[in-house]
Amino acid sequence: MLHGISRRSLLKTGAAAGVLGLTGMPLLAQTRGGKLTAGLNGANTSDSWDSRTHSDLFMIASASGSVFDSLTEVAADGSLKGELAESWETDDAITWVFNLRQGVTFHNGKSFGPEDVLESLQMHLGEDSKSAAKPIVENIAKMEKTGDYQVTMTLSAANADFPYLMSDYHILMFPAGQIEEAIQNGIGTGLYSVVSFDPGVRFVGKRVDDHYKGDTAGFFDEIEYIAINDNTARMNALMTGQVDAINRIDFKTEGLLNANPQVRIQEVTGNQHYTFAMLTDNAPLNDVNVRRALKYGINRQEMVDKILQGHGAVANDTPIGPANQYYNAEMEQLAYDPDKAAFYLKEAGLDSLNIDISASDAAFEGAVDAAQLYQASAGAAGINLNVIQEPADGYWSNVWLKKSFSAVYWSGRATEDWMFSSAYETGVPWNDSQWDDKDSARFQELLVTARGELDTDARRSQYYEMQQILRDDGGVIVPMFANYVQAVNNRIATPDTVGNLWQMDNGRMAERWSEV
Amino acid sequence: MGNVLTIILQRLALGVLTLLIVSIVIFVAVNLLPGDFAQLILGQGATEESVNSIRRDLGLDQPMVARYLTWLGGMLTGDLGSSFAQLNFATNMGGANTVTVLDQILPRLGNTMFLAGVTAVIAVPIAVTLGVLAALYRNTIFDRVANIATLSSISSPEFFMAYVLILVLAVINPIFPSLSNIYDGMALSDRLEKTMLPALTLTLVVTAHMMRMTRASIINLLASPYIEMARLKGMSPMRVIVKHALPNALAPIINVVALNLAYLITGVVVVEVVFVYPGIGQLFVDSVKIRDIPVVQACCLIFAAAYILLNLTADIMSILSNPRLRHPK
Repeated sequence: MLHGISRRSLLKTGAAAGVLGLTGMPLLAQTRGGKLTAGLNGANTSDSWDSRTHSDLFMIASASGSVFDSLTEVAADGSLKGELAESWETDDAITWVFNLRQGVTFHNGKSFGPEDVLESLQMHLGEDSKSAAKPIVENIAKMEKTGDYQVTMTLSAANADFPYLMSDYHILMFPAGQIEEAIQNGIGTGLYSVVSFDPGVRFVGKRVDDHYKGDTAGFFDEIEYIAINDNTARMNALMTGQVDAINRIDFKTEGLLNANPQVRIQEVTGNQHYTFAMLTDNAPLNDVNVRRALKYGINRQEMVDKILQGHGAVANDTPIGPANQYYNAEMEQLAYDPDKAAFYLKEAGLDSLNIDISASDAAFEGAVDAAQLYQASAGAAGINLNVIQEPADGYWSNVWLKKSFSAVYWSGRATEDWMFSSAYETGVPWNDSQWDDKDSARFQELLVTARGELDTDARRSQYYEMQQILRDDGGVIVPMFANYVQAVNNRIATPDTVGNLWQMDNGRMAERWSEV
Repeated sequence: MGNVLTIILQRLALGVLTLLIVSIVIFVAVNLLPGDFAQLILGQGATEESVNSIRRDLGLDQPMVARYLTWLGGMLTGDLGSSFAQLNFATNMGGANTVTVLDQILPRLGNTMFLAGVTAVIAVPIAVTLGVLAALYRNTIFDRVANIATLSSISSPEFFMAYVLILVLAVINPIFPSLSNIYDGMALSDRLEKTMLPALTLTLVVTAHMMRMTRASIINLLASPYIEMARLKGMSPMRVIVKHALPNALAPIINVVALNLAYLITGVVVVEVVFVYPGIGQLFVDSVKIRDIPVVQACCLIFAAAYILLNLTADIMSILSNPRLRHPK
């Protein structure tokens, strides 16, 4: 019965999603028991169970990946499935009805219901809210309980991706009326309950005995996440067998890992991309021909080989990556072509171009080197890039969005619309290329149309066209997608398909991995 | 004894003044670093609006002098305040904050003291013994080897010694764990095992100083008439040194031991980061990274106070161990 269900029909009526969640898991020989110890970076002494503040792996893996649940969940293969919502439906992409899973309890014994959903979403609103998920939740004009296990949300503007957005790691379900307590102690509905949590140091979780996910997930009896922000220390911990898995491998020491028979490297290409953003309101970057000249002046393959040391893929000046549903893989690849670059420069009425490019390793590891490579390759076309090495501290506040040409890092988003509306919609705060109606009215129009489009094929052609517009005219040069590279001890079994939305199987290794 | 008391009071008063100056220097220095807490905690999400909202909540929009005086006022009434991270968290929650800087620092300080203690227990006996033996067998092969070994270990950067030890004692011969993530409720034996590598690293770093001071002060005394007298009585060289020279050399030795103990508390930052040891040094690094001034200030005051107090202790101990200083004419 599951055959023939396209992603779209799953989206439109997620009725089968619950079934998928229960039976659709590949039957691996995964057995319960044992312990997972992982060494993760991105931890801070200011960490807490407040999901509104989460931004880095340690807390994402601990909260969204272990202790808490969302309404929906992106599976390892990129499809959407129900987590605390069993199914959902809509007719117009405006009114969304979510049917909640029954018989779910929080770790403190309280049972899960519609009130928890309403109150958990409410957390992100309010004038002073600093929640990163505020733009998502703000779009809900009205939300109400429409049944014992049903919530209906009415959006102010149609959004076909709404169920996808509900899988965001900021939007976790807390127990209503006890949110403050739940944030203090970490009380969720997830597979693991908190045994101890020392911010910036360590998190230990214990498998919940009787969990609604049953035997299909959460194979370890115990998990321990150790905060190891230092690259070398993380590597040492894995090499000496003190931890079973680590994230963010330093490519320079990859050879050492390969030489160790106890561990293996795990690598996935997702949406994480490194960019050079141009402010398209500033001269001369407001001229599309200048931008095209710059697009042909960069050697993308060289960037992947030298900056990522092969751990990545060339990109085509769009932020939509292999982990997206409507990734346009057929689109012709922009290539390094100094003649074409010189041609477009002439079109713009210029013989040569002098322009500053700002970079710092705060933007991404190797950003300064990347800018220098770019300088060398663009020189052949008469483009003189002047590389300015900016201080790492305060880079995001003082350089990004302020200097007209700067290096940037993006982790990418699960859906096309989410990505576009974060950084390519007219007037949004992170629009780092000042990309708006005057640059491409067609793009902005498609952005709104595609958002509310429920028909898969129509939506695909819309998103394909948008990617093409960005490739040809866009203000962001996206030379490469950077892989997520992590390492695992061979005593841990991992599924064939590992999530590529975020590091460490989308932060869900506690749920999906097991002992051999 | 009244004399000693006067010295203590004088030194304590000077110490308070030093702390005040340290706090001003640190406050200014942290403010000179580019970026502030609001920008760094928001990272890429630092829009003007959200930065200003955090600055307003934390009082970061006030002029620097006003902020310093507020902090000093709290400090003088014994209130070190709360970290920016905690205050920011509290405004997110819409509630009052309950975690103070002291709550954050005390457990970390405890861990650092534990590491310093373990190191001292290992390093001091080794250093003094080596020093005595080097004095006894001065200018022999033993003396030279001991000197070269300790001097090379003190001359290498700490992180280098740390990695050498990890390579030898954790990777090639897996005797000790390379990760020192100790936590509350750990058995003492486990805790000691995990602490061993950082403790050995620090031992290598502090031994040379103490050993050479012991050796030098003993050799100094060996030319004294009373040592010659002892030697003429037919005492063995070992007995001459341990019974007669060492007690008189104690003052400078105690001095240098105390100085090194202070170093163990304040200088462990790099070692803690390498071994992921949850001590005050790591907290300090984390806090500087996000410009969390209340925590940075508190850490620095603790570091400075440790130096001042241990120095004071060193002076007092050397007075007490020397009858001539104890009973001045």
